[in-house]
Amino acid sequence: MSSPVVEVRNLSKRFGGFTAVDGISFEIGRGEILGLLGPNGAGKTTTFQMMLGLVTPTSGSIRMFGLDLQSNRETILQQVNFSSTYISLPFSLTVEENLRVVARLYGMSNIAARVDDMVKKLEMGDWRHKLTRKLSSGQMTRLTLAKALLTEPKVLFLDEPTASLDPDIAHKIRAILLDERQATGLSILYTSHNMREMEEMSDRIIFLQRGKIVAEGTAKDIVARFGQADLEDVFLKIARE
Amino acid sequence: MAYHRIAALVIRHLYLYRRSLPRVMEIIYWPFLDLVVWGFITVYLATFQGQMPAVVTFLLGALILWDVLFRSQQGITISFLEEIWARNLMNLFASPLTPSEFLAATMVMSLFKVTAVSVVMSLCAWLFYGYNVFIIGLWLMPFMANLVLTGWIIGVFTTSLIMRFGQEAEVLAWSMVFLFQPISCVFYPMDVLPAWLRGVAAINPAAHVFEGMRGLLATHAAPLTNLGLASGLNLLYLGAVVLWFHHTFNVCKERGSLVRVGE
Ligand SMILES: Nc1ncnc2c1ncn2[C@@H]1O[C@H](COP(=O)(O)OP(=O)(O)OP(=O)(O)O)[C@@H](O)[C@H]1O
Ligand SMILES: [Mg+2]
Repeated sequence: MSSPVVEVRNLSKRFGGFTAVDGISFEIGRGEILGLLGPNGAGKTTTFQMMLGLVTPTSGSIRMFGLDLQSNRETILQQVNFSSTYISLPFSLTVEENLRVVARLYGMSNIAARVDDMVKKLEMGDWRHKLTRKLSSGQMTRLTLAKALLTEPKVLFLDEPTASLDPDIAHKIRAILLDERQATGLSILYTSHNMREMEEMSDRIIFLQRGKIVAEGTAKDIVARFGQADLEDVFLKIARE
Repeated sequence: MAYHRIAALVIRHLYLYRRSLPRVMEIIYWPFLDLVVWGFITVYLATFQGQMPAVVTFLLGALILWDVLFRSQQGITISFLEEIWARNLMNLFASPLTPSEFLAATMVMSLFKVTAVSVVMSLCAWLFYGYNVFIIGLWLMPFMANLVLTGWIIGVFTTSLIMRFGQEAEVLAWSMVFLFQPISCVFYPMDVLPAWLRGVAAINPAAHVFEGMRGLLATHAAPLTNLGLASGLNLLYLGAVVLWFHHTFNVCKERGSLVRVGE
């Protein structure tokens, strides 16, 4: 197997006296989709933010493409992007203007063609000239996903990317992500509170609780190991411990 | 520093101005109103021309120059606030954009605002009051450059405070600069200050600009001392305040508050 695209070693984050992430280690291979599962407050978002250089780890290391994030921030972040239901793009710009700005920020060439491509792929044609302020929450989610895919990342961080989508669009988005992985070898780390989605999407799952990894493996492995019927039951068992 | 990332931010702000009336008013209408009010005051004061020579020149010139400083500061701070209001800081700082590039973009925006405001005000002063700013001559240029720098210093300082203390500090974007107005000696010479305050004003680069401008108008001597002091102090403070911005940025990443500013 080729060396992993993402390597996290003993990563911890303390906020004052509170430990949000407690010595976690994991790897993501090229083209792998790793699901990060865990109850509210388990430390998923904090982990993402450390991997995006938005929060400084208390200890441990994050490496991507064989480089250390601390000392190679620009090189790494150029090849990474993220999306979440909880982020937005500037309201006073149109959908298309926002995408153009992002493309420039990442120094893309052929901006017009790339934007057209994304608009088509995520079915945003009807509202590409709308002000971002006027989007529904599901449309906003699609826009933030478009901005993430627009920059042709090698690693994608998705924090609850489908939380506000209707089942039809959510299904399409999952299909797009799987396509993209197939076509470009995109690696994805993502969270969701939708257990079926987790089982369907993830090659491997990490179960996080109170900042620690409490289970790791394929969905099937984990379900079998905990002697439960499905992932949802595993979640309930772990979360209620 | 990557030029394309700075350009991306500038274009993002220009998109914003293109369709926002309040934002355009900020650089055209408010400065214009300022000028009209002060214009009438000077017209009135000019009727005492005998007792108060050159009062018109002083007041209108000072007002335009003060606005240069004010808009320069706003260019920095408001550009940062726009990102907070748009909840865009996370998108920006999870990209390869560096804090220095971010600052550079706000400085470019600041130059845009200053240019727009100076053109509007100078033109109005000339049209309505027959006042020619360039009466100060070519010395106007280094004076203005120094005021822009002072505006950046106050702007970066205020931005760091807002980043660190969040929403409660937002009001500083409009009020901070007026904390410096009394010791900037915009409309009166440094001599009128009480001795202890004169000491404070002496380390304020803006005070040396306005002092220099008055000296120039009164004596026509080259204001080299004032310009030298203003430039030296400006460069010193700008360096310090940019370092402090970077420090604050790192503190916020440490506390995990960078992506929560304004929430
Ligand atoms: N900046 C911060 N300062 C202090 N505590 C924080 C900060 N950010 C996160 N925390 C705490 O760290 C813990 C983990 O939060 P995090 O957002 O990572 O959880 P999560 O797994 O994403 O949860 P959810 O499923 O609700 O999104 C929480 O208890 C949270 O209160
Ligand atoms: Mg979360």
